Amino acid sequence: MSQLQELTFTLGEINFEGHTFNCLPIKGSQQVLQVLVSELDEVPIYMTITDTQILCIAYLCRTHEIRADKQTEVHRSMLEMNVAMPLSSFAIVEDYYVVFGALAPSSRQEDICRELITLAANAYDALEALEEFLN
Amino acid sequence: MSSVFDKLWTALRGGVREIGDAIVDNNGIRIFEQEIKDAEANIAAAKRSLTEVMANKMQAARKVDELSQSIRQNETYAEKALAQNNEALALEVAGKIAAQENDRNEQQAIVTRLEQQIEQLKGHIKKAEKLIADHQRELALVRTTESVQKATEQVVENVASNNSAMNSARESLERIKKRQEMRQDRMAAGDILAAEMGDGTLDSKLEAAGIKGGKADASAVLARIKAGKTQ
Repeated sequence: MSQLQELTFTLGEINFEGHTFNCLPIKGSQQVLQVLVSELDEVPIYMTITDTQILCIAYLCRTHEIRADKQTEVHRSMLEMNVAMPLSSFAIVEDYYVVFGALAPSSRQEDICRELITLAANAYDALEALEEFLN
Repeated sequence: MSSVFDKLWTALRGGVREIGDAIVDNNGIRIFEQEIKDAEANIAAAKRSLTEVMANKMQAARKVDELSQSIRQNETYAEKALAQNNEALALEVAGKIAAQENDRNEQQAIVTRLEQQIEQLKGHIKKAEKLIADHQRELALVRTTESVQKATEQVVENVASNNSAMNSARESLERIKKRQEMRQDRMAAGDILAAEMGDGTLDSKLEAAGIKGGKADASAVLARIKAGKTQ
């Protein structure tokens, strides 16, 4: 059983600091797991595991949703926020702005849970912060 | 490191490629993996010859030690022969010592040469190991980029069409706000309900003020019965 499959089972059973995790594997050649964190489930987290890391990604919006004249300002703010934002960073993947967290594949279940909750909360905050820059 | 980083950087920038196009083709990755495997095989071979060279060096060093010991022994013999004024015997021993010293110099030269070889081999191995580590990091970089790309495509394909998950930021925010309002409403409703169920209701105030009839009271009932009234 792959690590992600194992996580699908274990995460589904856990209650971590009042949050539960609703897991749904996404079909395709790359193993991807959609995780909805209870109370923060409007922004799903997508997990995928590579040779070197467990990646957790929350897609915020498409790049064109940000006002063209505000893009530079947004990018700068994201870079400035990156260090302070707990456990997560901003990034662009394909055509999406995302916040993501990366963990070592050897991370404990507890660390993964904390990552997921923190990332979902960060995504909520990030969306709210982005609101004034949207088209 | 910089070469792959540069390539990725260039590939990712400025819409050089369409969504779905691989950044580094699979063939490229396979070649890269093969290079790593080859380098690892080379290191393994270098380590094997290193142990051999080290064993040879130890052997030569042992010979040097043995010869030195034997030379010292022979020197005492020569001294003793001289003490007995046996010049001829002393000379014979001295001849043996000279031959041993030549031998020892030869062996010492071998030790020195092997030591240099060992240092060289160690250097090669270290360099190759660093190269492999760098290659592996580069490969991880490329692989991760590909994984994330693929994952995103799958999410977009599978989720976006039939689910709100990949909606625009506006829609997400709308939903988040609605949920927050709902939660606040629920909390407010909870407060109201708590107040209605508790002491603060109008009924209890009226009762407290004696305006509205209170509960049946045992002494009042008894008094009524004593007074001969029935209800």
